[in-house]
Amino acid sequence: MNIKNLILIASLVLSPTIFAAGSASAFDKYKSGGAANFSASNGEKLWQRQVHSAKDNKMRSCSSCHTDNLTQMGKHHRTGKPIKPMAPSANSARFTKVKKIEKWFKRNCKWTWGRECTAQEKGDILTYLINYK
Amino acid sequence: MNRKIILGAVITTLLASSGVAMSDDDDDDHDGRKRGLFSRFFSKAGVTPVNNQPYIDECGSCHFAFQPGLLPARSWKKLMGGLDDHFGENAEFDSADAQKILNYLVAGAADTSSAHRSQSINNSIPRNSAPLRISETRYFLRKHDEIPPRYVTGNPKVGSFSNCEKCHTEAAKGSFSEHGVHIPGVGRWD
Ligand code: HEC
Ligand code: HEC
Ligand code: HEC
Repeated sequence: MNIKNLILIASLVLSPTIFAAGSASAFDKYKSGGAANFSASNGEKLWQRQVHSAKDNKMRSCSSCHTDNLTQMGKHHRTGKPIKPMAPSANSARFTKVKKIEKWFKRNCKWTWGRECTAQEKGDILTYLINYK
Repeated sequence: MNRKIILGAVITTLLASSGVAMSDDDDDDHDGRKRGLFSRFFSKAGVTPVNNQPYIDECGSCHFAFQPGLLPARSWKKLMGGLDDHFGENAEFDSADAQKILNYLVAGAADTSSAHRSQSINNSIPRNSAPLRISETRYFLRKHDEIPPRYVTGNPKVGSFSNCEKCHTEAAKGSFSEHGVHIPGVGRWD
């Protein structure tokens, strides 16, 4: 077996572990904030929740940029820049770093809903996202 | 080896390198006249390309990663101070990371860079102003005043002047020469 194949196999075996590490420490963080019993179906509802913004008089939701089909490419609603699929089944680079997860939750919750998400909401949404098929 | 082959190789190399130099940026207003072939031959990219991965990760996730040499340091400081309302978006992050990004931007800013486009942009900005948009600097406006809105805001494939890379096919290399322009749905410009 040559080195290339070895590296390929190693990265295939390791990638789910990396993604699990990022989201696992995110879940630990939310639990230590008192949240529990995360639910994918609550997460889905939150994902689709439409909130009116007085800034542009439009409805905003997580799907404004990520779309409802999480295995597909999304698109930034203003700049049009493509956003890679959110489902780890379609994009193994998802949810690998707790810092990245937290940074985008903060920005996107504030922009979309006008406030930060609670630990419970973040846990529910993340459960929905990582289990999406 | 055959002499003809060597000569051929030398000529091809010369042609290829002058081709590269020609497609590099040429600035026709910085010193008031079109630059000659000679100065083109030695010119670098018009703006120093981005070479910092954390910057690309942080500032290239929603749009093209603008080169530090496109705005002066005072603009970058102001922009980095208002990331929670960044042109209507929320782009805030952890202050230690933000400081590193700011350091990178300031080190390559238009008022320190020796790249000729950076100098032209910087010279067009009044000392007492700190524009947040490259697309609102006088240099930019002058260079784009012949492009009708239907090619830009009225063109769903472009959307706005902020999306440099949609029209400037070499933007990521720091080259904004009109020779590299291809407006989506419209075509080449030169
Ligand atoms: C204005 C556009 C936009 C909206 C609306 C939006 N996002 Fe995002 N989101 C992005 C961008 C851009 C990224 C970063 C690019 C990437 O990771 O591919 C991102 C990344 C993320 C990440 C990080 C993923 C990772 O791999 O770590 C999470 C989590 C996330 N978004 C959740 C949400 C949630 C929850 C909502 C709704 C409350 C939402 N987003 C709404 C644009 C948006
Ligand atoms: C959450 C998404 C997002 C992130 C992250 C982001 N930006 Fe932006 N930025 C935007 C949007 C949206 C615009 C406005 C685009 C338009 O008007 O078409 C913009 C515009 C700009 C402009 C003005 C472009 C022009 O018209 O000349 C600059 C400069 C800029 N951003 C720099 C940065 C820098 C530096 C960072 C990193 C610290 C950054 N951006 C991170 C969304 C983002
Ligand atoms: C709609 C397409 C479009 C977009 C978007 C765009 N440009 Fe241009 N740009 C052009 C065209 C066309 C020209 C040539 C204009 C001319 O020569 O009349 C040009 C010229 C220039 C020039 C001068 C080139 C020369 O040869 O002198 C610079 C510098 C430049 N653009 C920078 C930028 C930057 C930076 C951005 C993003 C902030 C940007 N452009 C966005 C179309 C675009």
